[in-house]
Order: sequence, then structure tokens, then C-alpha cells
Amino acid sequence: MSSKHVIKGMIGFYILLFFLYLFGPLLVMSVTAFNTPNYPTAIPFEGFTLDWFVKLWNHRAMMDGLKNSIIIGLGVVAISVPVGLAAAIIMNQIYHRARGLFYLVTISPVLTPGVIIGISTVIFWKDFFEGGDRVTALLGLDWSVKGTFYKGIVLAIFGQASFVSAYCLLIIMARLQRFDRAQEEAALDLGASYPQVFWHILLPFLKPALISAAVIGFLSSFENYNTTTFAILADKTLVTVLAGEARQGTTPALSALAVIIIGISLAGAIVYEVMKRREESMAERAKERAKIAERGEVILGGT
Amino acid sequence: MSSRLFVFILPFVVIAIFWAMSRYESKAAHDPTHKGFFERNGTVLGIVFILLVAFWALFLVTLPYLYMVVESFHPKLPPAQRGGPTDVLTIAQYKSFFINPVDNEVNGIHIYAFAYSIITSVAVTALNFAICYPLAYYMAQAGTAQKVRLLMLGLIVPYWVNEILRAFALRLLLASNGLINQTLIGLGITDEKIDFLGNNTGLYVGLSYAYLLVMVFPLYNAIESLDKNQVEAARDLGAPWWKIHRDVVMPYAKPGIASGCTMVFMLSAGSLAAPQFLGGPSTLWFTSIVYDFFFQSFNWPRGAAYAFILLAACIAFVMLMLRMFKVSLGETIK
Repeated sequence: MSSKHVIKGMIGFYILLFFLYLFGPLLVMSVTAFNTPNYPTAIPFEGFTLDWFVKLWNHRAMMDGLKNSIIIGLGVVAISVPVGLAAAIIMNQIYHRARGLFYLVTISPVLTPGVIIGISTVIFWKDFFEGGDRVTALLGLDWSVKGTFYKGIVLAIFGQASFVSAYCLLIIMARLQRFDRAQEEAALDLGASYPQVFWHILLPFLKPALISAAVIGFLSSFENYNTTTFAILADKTLVTVLAGEARQGTTPALSALAVIIIGISLAGAIVYEVMKRREESMAERAKERAKIAERGEVILGGT
Repeated sequence: MSSRLFVFILPFVVIAIFWAMSRYESKAAHDPTHKGFFERNGTVLGIVFILLVAFWALFLVTLPYLYMVVESFHPKLPPAQRGGPTDVLTIAQYKSFFINPVDNEVNGIHIYAFAYSIITSVAVTALNFAICYPLAYYMAQAGTAQKVRLLMLGLIVPYWVNEILRAFALRLLLASNGLINQTLIGLGITDEKIDFLGNNTGLYVGLSYAYLLVMVFPLYNAIESLDKNQVEAARDLGAPWWKIHRDVVMPYAKPGIASGCTMVFMLSAGSLAAPQFLGGPSTLWFTSIVYDFFFQSFNWPRGAAYAFILLAACIAFVMLMLRMFKVSLGETIK
């Protein structure tokens, strides 16, 4: 029995260590956000201050970057979720000999290093837009394709959408595989057309997957550094501004930003946990009711 | 321009070939129950689906990759000369990886950086596997549902903080006047500050820290579906714990292990943040070299060639590993 206790203790100790490794650096950083020295330090704690949050708020480049990050994130979601959905549906219907190649092409951005996605995006679109300019010149139009579209925000959206779409495809495909074809057939038998099946049966079924694809897509776009740093050109996102700041030196304002992000994600996690518990207790109650009803039926059947 | 034009047309030719093949086959083996794509989805929806996927697969994935490869076979030229008579196909960029074009000596620095990046990534992958396996096993097999969900949240929350800030947090700990050095000196364990960033400890820790979650989840998913009775049976038959893991759990979880290891390896071989913010001044990381070609010497073709070398090496390595452990790529990505 005692050896079991030892093992249990060891597992507990290990988990503690693991989460210390995970949270320790973030905790220390959070402390530095409230400490007065110019250089972010946790010890000695010289005095409590909220100045760094004010500094962060007044940091023009960071706020501009935040705005761009949100625009890019929304753009990426707007492209990636429909693309992921369409690709998941086509995956099942595509000509069987082309399926392998299609799968390889659509999944490859997941495994390709972000740096390479960023580089290839910039190289391709530069050539493509320059080609477009040649076409408009031939047509005698006074309009520069490159001048209009060759911008950091556009390229960042394209670059990020290439792998975020693949994430969306995987998420949506996982749920699509559990779709019961009988539902589709029932609707068709009742006289629905194929587009009606799509809008009224398939889409509502896929809704949870679409929502989680959108959330994950936005977050991975928002956090992305490797692809964005190449694709963003002269523009800035929050993360590239952060990288520039961190490279130049360290300021507790960065810690303040981290505190805000940690705060938001903790709040999100707590809300999620509460919702999950409520859902569970509701499911529990429904089960109880079903049991009671069943018993009632049995009794009724008996009499 | 001709090579670029050729590459632009290539994917369309491939699609046309597949389309012709499918036409031919459906005619040869006529199946009255078979419904055409537009019949099944409606014309409007069908067209929208195809346009969306074509835009993605061609313009966001295939063409950019192909253009990068083409670019790497071109010389570095000022914009005005692009597409001119001097814009010929060449392997000079690839040669420059092995032999330095400036002094015609072997390009030891870049070859070393390349080998160092790959070897470090392998080591980080192994380290993360060792750290994450026990936790994933505990979560999948031993923990109660509520505990597991809490642990899960505990894992996810730190990952909402982006890569740069996490690297920054580690630097606060590991810097020469950071918390760890303060503690060590305060406790009298060492008199001198240890240069964690200079001796690359920071880099290793940063890489491992950045990709913990990428390892935990595939492992957890794979082990979770293992029937507890199998472990129980092995234990009842007297197998010691390490044999249970070696002969029962790990073979079962092989696809998850392969997937976690592949992801961590690819991510760390291609990582930019950890070497930039946690490496010392003498740290040579391959992606940093690629970065410098783009932003400091503006030599895009050479950068593209180096990027392609990295990509090819990583894919080859992963394929080799998957073959060695007899896992298919399809299983890995699930």
C-alpha cells in the first residue's frame, strides 16, 4: 500500500513541476509588470506601480499593430472557414485518383515551417502583381495592381490563410465524418433539394466545428510570428511590434501586455469551465428525468 | 520570365489531366446512380466551393511554393533586370550553401548552422517527449474527468500568450541578471553569473517550452482511446511498469507519438523567435540565416534556396523516421 502512496506522491510532484515550468516564467513576468524599475525585474520588488500599463496604452506603434492584427485575423477567418468547409466537402466528392494529391496539397501547409510559407507568399504575389501591372499597361489602364494590393496586410492574410485553412479543414472534416448520411437521405426523400440539405441540415450540424475553427483560426492568426514577419512587409502587427521591442531591449511594458493577455485568457477559461459544468449538470438532470419517466412508464405498463 | 510562366501554368495542366481522366472513366464505366458534382451540390454552391478551394490550393499553397523553388534557381538581380537576358536558370544559390562564393572555401559556417539546427531540433523533440509522455499518460488513463479538464485548461491558458512574450518571459529568468542567476548567487551556489543565453541553454529551454503543448495533445489523444483493461491485464500478468509502457501503451500510441514528434521537430527546425530572443550572440540558427538574407542582404534567391534546403531536409528526415517506425503520414496528421 505504501508503495502506491509513494507513486501517487511522485506523480503529484511531477505534475507540480510540469506546471511550475509552464507557469513559472509567466508569473515572474507578471510580477515585473507591477514593479517600478525600468528594467523588468521581480526581485527586489521596489514598489507597486501601474505606470507600465499607461505606457502600453500610449504606445502608438503597439496600438496600431493591434488594430492591424485584428483586421488580419478577421480577414483570415473570413477566408479560411469557408475554404476549410468547401475543401472538407470536396474531399469526399473529388475524383478518387486526385484525392491523394489533393490531400497532400491541402495538408502540406500544416507541416511546412511558417518561415517558408511567409517567404513563398511574398515571392509569388510580388511576381503575380507585377505580371498584373504588365497586363494593365498592355490594356492602357492607368491603374497599378501592385500599388493597390502589394501590401503587408493583404499578404499577411494570404500567408496565414494558407495554413489556417488547413486547420479549419481538419477540424471540419473530423465532424463531417460523424455526419449521418441517413439524415441527408431522409431530407431528400421528403423533397428537399441538395442546396436545401446543405443549408438546413449540414450547416447546423457543422456549426460547433465552424465556430471552433473560427476561434482557433483567429487565435493562430493573431499569435503568428514566423509567417507574418516575412509577409507583413512595411506594415506592423502587434506581434511584429512586440518582436521589435523585445529585440531592442526589455521594458516592463511588455510584461504589462502579457498580464493583460493572461488575464483575458484566464477569464475565458473560467467562463468556459463554468459553462461546461452547467451543461453537465443540465445533462445530468435530463438523464434523471428520463430515468424517472422510464420508471413511470414501466409502472404504467405494469398496471 | 519563361520559367516562371511555365510554373504558373503547370498546376492548371495537372488539373486538366485529372479532369480529362475522370471524364473518360465515368464514360467508360457508366453508372446511372452516380451523381455529378453540380447535381449533388447545386450549381451555385458547387461553383462557390470550387472557386474557394481552387483559390486556396493554387494561389495560397501550390503556386507560392513553386515560385519559391523557381526563385531559388535564379541569380540575384536588381528589379530592372528581372526577366531580362541575364535572368537565367542557375544552381549558384545552392552551390553557395556548400562553397562560399566570396572566397571559394567550403562554407563551414552555414553547413554547421544547418547541422546544428537539425540536431538541436531532434534533441528538443526527444526532451519534450520525455517531459510530456508521463503527463499525457496520467491525463488519459489515470485522472478523473474533472481533473483532466482542469489540467487541460492549465495547459491551454499559457499558450494564449504568444511566442514572443513567452520567449521574453524566459529571458527575464535566464538573463545574466535574471531571477535564476540572482537566486543562485543569493544561495551561494555560484559566485559568478552563468551566461545561460550565451551557452545556448536559453535556446534549448525556449524551444522546449514553446512546443510543449504540441507534444501533449497528440499523445493524450492517442493514449486516451487505449482500453484500460489492456494495461490492467498486463499488470495482472506481472509486467513491470516500464514493460507495460514499452510493450503495450507505446505501440498503441505510435501514431500519436509520431504526430507529436513530427510537429515539434518541424516547428523547432523552422522556429525564429526562440533563436532570436533566447540565443546568444554567437548562436547560429539556420532560419535566422534565411531571415538575414531577406532583411539584411536582400538576397531573395539565396534565401529561397536556403529555405528550400531546410524544407527538403526536414521532409526527408520526417519521412525517414516515419518509415523506420512504420507509421503512415495520413495517420500522423489526424
